[in-house]
Amino acid sequence: MTRPWLTNLLLVGPAALAVALFIFLPVAVVFVLAFTDYLIGAPSATWVGLENFQQLLGSRLGRNALINTLVYAAIVIPASVGLGLIVALGLHSLATRLPRIATLLQTVYFLPVAATLVAMAVAWQMLLHPSLGLVNTWLSALGLSGQQWLTDRDIVLFTLALIGIWQTVGYNMVLFLAGLSAIPATLYDAAAVDGAKGGWTRFWTVTWPMLGPTTLFVLIVTAANTFRVFETVATLTEGGPAFASDTIVYALYREGFVYFKAGYASAITVVFFAALLLLTAIQILLIERRVHYR
Amino acid sequence: MTPARLLSLGLLSLGAAMVLLPFVWMVSVSLKPHAEIFTTDVRLLPRSFTLQNYWHALTETAIPRYLMNGAIVTGGILALQLLVTVPCAYALAHRTFPGRQVLFGSVVAALLVPFHVTAIPIFLGLAWVGWLNTYTALILPFIATAFGLFLLRQAFAQIPGELVDAARVDGMSEMGIAWRIAFPLGLPTVIAFSIFSVTAHWNDLFWPLIATTDSALATPPRGILFFRDEESGDDVGPLMAGATLITAPLILGFLLAQKRFTQGLASTGLKR
Repeated sequence: MTRPWLTNLLLVGPAALAVALFIFLPVAVVFVLAFTDYLIGAPSATWVGLENFQQLLGSRLGRNALINTLVYAAIVIPASVGLGLIVALGLHSLATRLPRIATLLQTVYFLPVAATLVAMAVAWQMLLHPSLGLVNTWLSALGLSGQQWLTDRDIVLFTLALIGIWQTVGYNMVLFLAGLSAIPATLYDAAAVDGAKGGWTRFWTVTWPMLGPTTLFVLIVTAANTFRVFETVATLTEGGPAFASDTIVYALYREGFVYFKAGYASAITVVFFAALLLLTAIQILLIERRVHYR
Repeated sequence: MTPARLLSLGLLSLGAAMVLLPFVWMVSVSLKPHAEIFTTDVRLLPRSFTLQNYWHALTETAIPRYLMNGAIVTGGILALQLLVTVPCAYALAHRTFPGRQVLFGSVVAALLVPFHVTAIPIFLGLAWVGWLNTYTALILPFIATAFGLFLLRQAFAQIPGELVDAARVDGMSEMGIAWRIAFPLGLPTVIAFSIFSVTAHWNDLFWPLIATTDSALATPPRGILFFRDEESGDDVGPLMAGATLITAPLILGFLLAQKRFTQGLASTGLKR
């Protein structure tokens, strides 16, 4: 107790140093690099102003990665959040009558969240294999033609989106289940007294408004995760064919660590970071407005 | 049961079957003999079972090595994260010191930074000190966990101040209080964070892909890709066996401690 500053330093120092060294310093560096033409391994770099950003937003390849990410997000976010809600509603009402089956189904839906995505992507690759895979075999048994799920440039992004939905529904389901169990039963009783009897009316008058904050949270978390899509792209397509499944984080990886264009990759990083910060800002703004009826 | 309820149960089961399909297929192919995989008569379940693929994956490939690397890296990350995070979180919750507000504000701000954003400078830094392609490169950058600091600080703040004061009166050191009072009392949160950390780093591909090129250092996801790219389509059975082996530890953990796992991954929703 004689030297409190030493105690404080011992307690706080290592963590504070780690946060400064591995989070704040790199963020500062990446913002500087984004305005240079630095190549990894090069002896020096030149200040190029906004050139990297112009290349990203102005070139076909750069825009392509951004658009693919947005298309991917536009499919995965609504589908994953919607299905997560539907499954949660179903399981929530099932839990009162058949609790064991509800628990079992919940376990199954959550399985992809706990599983190693890269290994599961390899399994998906085999499932979607043009000749040895189950999906095309079943399709042809139904008289439908099989697809080149991962090598057809018109389909590949949708295939990845499907895997993205598969992986995230269980996570959203758990968040919605938590939201549902927090709704007091007295509200449903009150609604029934007021004449809201059917399941549909109950949903729109009580469940949906009460789930407001949960839904917002789920939407933001899902959006943040879909913008980060990387594992499936790196495992299954490497952005191909012909950049048809190139996404922002994969482009960051390719430009920075395959082509060693640290400057350009830093600009991609900054745009990616800005998009995520914008998302957080929207979240805070909406919470300030209180998406809630309590 | 009304028809509507039956329909809802049917749809929920159908959805669950679709979710399960890749898992079933992965395990099924891993148990099929070679001739049953490379056939035009593709079936969901094997007609004859064999463990040959697992034997092959465990003895003739580097899968055991990848699993060991996964244990070293995730274990190393978690141990070091806790080592620096527990004392700091305790100090943030129960001590006043100059710069406390600033530090806590920084932690909250750092929560907004995904790892991808810091990857390029950290790579350059590690290259500069010559640490790329080492376990250190795979472990060190993750010691800084704003998320862990935030989560543990919130948990430790629940511990009554009187308890901490009593320990001080008894002559316990501050480091002692952090580890022998705060740590055990905050254990549920510590476990939730540990599950989150281990899952995140066992499954991570982004950083291992960047920081290492040496296959001897490959973590499980990186390793399975090495394996797949080497075997060029002929060893599908062992590949699926390898994928199963790599997925198994976390799936088993999840099945054994479902509640904790779900909490660890879902209550921590703000990060992932």
